[in-house]
Amino acid sequence: MEVKNNNNNSILEIDDLEVIYKTDLETVKAVNGINLKIRKGETCGLVGETGAGKTTTALSILRLLPENTGRIAGGDIKFKGKSLLDMSPEEMRNVRGNSISMVFQDPMSALNPVYTVGDQIGEAIKLHNPQLAKEEVEKRVEEMLELVGIVASRKNDYPHQFSGGMKQRVVIAIALCCEPDLLIADEPTTALDVTIQAQVLAMIANLRERLGTSMLMITHDLGVVAKTCDNVCIMYAGKIVEAGTIEDVFSGMKHHPYTEGLFASIPNIKTKSSRLKPIKGLMPDPTNLPQGCAFYPRCEKCMDVCKTIPPEAYHNGTHSIFCHQYANQAGSVEGKGGAPNE
Amino acid sequence: MSKYVIKRILFLIPTVIGVTLIIYFVMNLTPGNPARAILGTGVPQADIDAYNHAIGYDLPFLQKFVNYLVNMFFHGDFGISYVTKQPVFQEIWPRYIVTMKLAFTGMIVSTIIGIPLGICAAVKQYSVTDTVSSLISFLLAAVPTFVLGLVLLFVFSLKLGWLPSYGITDWTGYIMPVLAISIPIAAQNFRFTKSSMLDAIHQDYVRTARAKGATEKVVIWKHVLKNALLPVITQIGMNLGLLLCGAVVAEQLFSVQGIGSLIVSRITLKDEPVIIAGTILISICFTIVMLMVDIIYAFIDPRIRAKYTKKRG
Amino acid sequence: MFKKKNSKMTLEGNAYQGQGKIKEIWRRLKKNRGAMIGLLMLCIMGVVLLIVPLFVSYESAVTQDFSQMLAKPTKEHIFGNDGYGRDIFARIIYGGRTSVGIALLATFFSCIVGSVLGAIAGYFGNAVDNIIMRALDIFMSVPDILFTMAVVYALGASFTNLIVALTLAYFTNYVRLVRSEVLTLSEQDYVEASRAGGANSMRIILSHIIPNSIGVIIVNTTMNVAKIILYESTLSFLGLGMPSPQPEWGQMLSESREFMRNAPHLMIFPALAIVITACSINLLGDGLRDSLDPHLKS
Repeated sequence: MEVKNNNNNSILEIDDLEVIYKTDLETVKAVNGINLKIRKGETCGLVGETGAGKTTTALSILRLLPENTGRIAGGDIKFKGKSLLDMSPEEMRNVRGNSISMVFQDPMSALNPVYTVGDQIGEAIKLHNPQLAKEEVEKRVEEMLELVGIVASRKNDYPHQFSGGMKQRVVIAIALCCEPDLLIADEPTTALDVTIQAQVLAMIANLRERLGTSMLMITHDLGVVAKTCDNVCIMYAGKIVEAGTIEDVFSGMKHHPYTEGLFASIPNIKTKSSRLKPIKGLMPDPTNLPQGCAFYPRCEKCMDVCKTIPPEAYHNGTHSIFCHQYANQAGSVEGKGGAPNE
Repeated sequence: MSKYVIKRILFLIPTVIGVTLIIYFVMNLTPGNPARAILGTGVPQADIDAYNHAIGYDLPFLQKFVNYLVNMFFHGDFGISYVTKQPVFQEIWPRYIVTMKLAFTGMIVSTIIGIPLGICAAVKQYSVTDTVSSLISFLLAAVPTFVLGLVLLFVFSLKLGWLPSYGITDWTGYIMPVLAISIPIAAQNFRFTKSSMLDAIHQDYVRTARAKGATEKVVIWKHVLKNALLPVITQIGMNLGLLLCGAVVAEQLFSVQGIGSLIVSRITLKDEPVIIAGTILISICFTIVMLMVDIIYAFIDPRIRAKYTKKRG
Repeated sequence: MFKKKNSKMTLEGNAYQGQGKIKEIWRRLKKNRGAMIGLLMLCIMGVVLLIVPLFVSYESAVTQDFSQMLAKPTKEHIFGNDGYGRDIFARIIYGGRTSVGIALLATFFSCIVGSVLGAIAGYFGNAVDNIIMRALDIFMSVPDILFTMAVVYALGASFTNLIVALTLAYFTNYVRLVRSEVLTLSEQDYVEASRAGGANSMRIILSHIIPNSIGVIIVNTTMNVAKIILYESTLSFLGLGMPSPQPEWGQMLSESREFMRNAPHLMIFPALAIVITACSINLLGDGLRDSLDPHLKS
């Protein structure tokens, strides 16, 4: 593998990121200080319910937040050691689609209906490789289509002629055509049915192997995480409440109450039960977050301290949990943390 | 695709029939008769009846209707004017051309002014161009053609004496009527284009384009524009209907010898052949323009094109 | 609350949540300065048109007084007098009552007729839809003005007949609009769910489709009132409005033509009346559209 010009092989480093949406009426605190690290070749899962701040995090990396309302209020995002937030618009454009690519959730509307898919893939190639001749671009387009499992001759077809699953493949082809170092996938299979989901995930895994791409996989589906990720961060109300390797989070002994709730709510095909076990309550209003731990209103193990003081990180090797019940235990460290591979 | 075009052109036939029927029907309801209107009140009833009989007015309206259609479709004969006793077609054709010149020039002017400004205003929302254009177009959209025409007359004819106040003797005679017709439409075009562009800018595929690293210019000119202009194209076609209405008013105001003023003057005289022939010509023009608009739309939007072309296999 | 579908905004949910939504819409509307100005102007106009006639008699609007012919504005006749010596201010007020009255009623009826037709065409589809839309195409290929003129001439110019003529001219707006709303909404899942739950067509139309298309209908209706006022003034300009001596703005402008050179005030006041009324209505209409589709406003 190529040696990067930073020391510890890190592709993405998010430090204390804070993102808000500011409208006339209110300020929405979407992301409230998260830390995340991805190394070359790794896949990190970002798990949480709708509204936890996952998509906002992803958009912030590429600085694609809605111009009028979205604002990065604090923290930094470093790509290969260089801060993305300091980059000029020109530099940022060179990064997008080229070094960092993104696949969005809804394939139905992600493609421009009046241009062929070949055109749209070709556009991504041409944007970052202006020196290529037309024939070479065409060849590359066909290669990408074959790579994602679409017949090359369909490059002259329009998006409406493809099914949802195939559209998503096209979107993935666009994202990978310039061989980015980092792929951000925001719930790439949520809008697809289960069998197609399996195919698309397998394809993504395959491509990652071949191209060595690191990935940030955003999802609310723990099954997808188990299949595809090396590390996982659990996000709640704009904060990461637990992070670690797959083994840490899926089979470890200690967990954040939210994580426990998430795993408990997955219906088990093997056991017989008459009721599902959801986590009671709802996610807090992001314009009016509770003091202390954001999860305390829904937490069965809530203590008095949880209501007033935000929890610190408890580290156990690669595993970090932000919960007061683990405070003062062996290995807990004050201050920042929560990113695996520290 | 050609099957679709042929189908639409064939639809002209029921259109012509329908229009003729509507007019004969309405005329049937109106009071009076041509002879009375043309010859005057002092003339004895017998003469009136003779006149009406001679021109064929006193037949039952359904019979008139059928006769007219038969003459038109099989003999290309648009009838004889009740008033001038001249063949209708010769009378209306030159005036039809004048109106068409007015309307189509108006279409070009309103498109050239309204649409590019609308695009600018959407791209540079809240800029000076946007605020000023939006304000002006908002005001102008509330000014009907005849008020605008009066103001133009007042300023350019009366006070400044630059432009003739009536008739079309040379190209300068076209200026004020065209402006009076096209400015309110340009204002509408502006607002519609701006809103269509803003709609398109908020679509997901624009976000995809940005995520690819496309510059704002490419995003707007390549991705947004094509999608935003689709409904605008249809709107331009429909504008022709409004332009024709405006033309009728402008012809009255500026004393232009167009087909609008001809029809208007013949309504009170109940000169059915002229009214019908004139209206049919206008309807045909409008229908053909709408057809061309739809074809252009199908060329640009592949989803619509797919509907009209049957793919094999 | 609001869901995007093919770039068209629709209200999600059922009619029972109506109350909360209305408050929400009103709150958004209040923040739109333009709309509030428009609304204020319209309220002022409404009050003026209703109250002033108590102080200014109809007589002064129609009595000819040649001693005052073409008089410039004075304290007694604040807008001056026209070519027949009639008080312009009074004529504007009474003309306004007629124009606005006709416009409101014509809008109301054209809305009902057009919406019903559009709903039928959209909901039942196929042959019914085809016939209605083809007939509409034929009808619409005749320029409005000519048709309206013929109708007014046929029926004679009176308050009721003008309303009929204008309704006929404008109902077509609604047919296309409502039909397309119905087509979009029929594809929504909750209609499907409703049908699966056993609701019949009538119930679906009444409790799902109408409440959800009301927003678009209201915006268009507001804009149409302005359009009809303009159209009606055009008709009266061409001599097809209410018969003399009943004052009407368009007709006043027509009369002002002769006297343009010496007495421009004959032209200015009715023109301003028309433009200000239409502008106020359009401001309100734009504001309503923005407050019903919040996603469009950044």
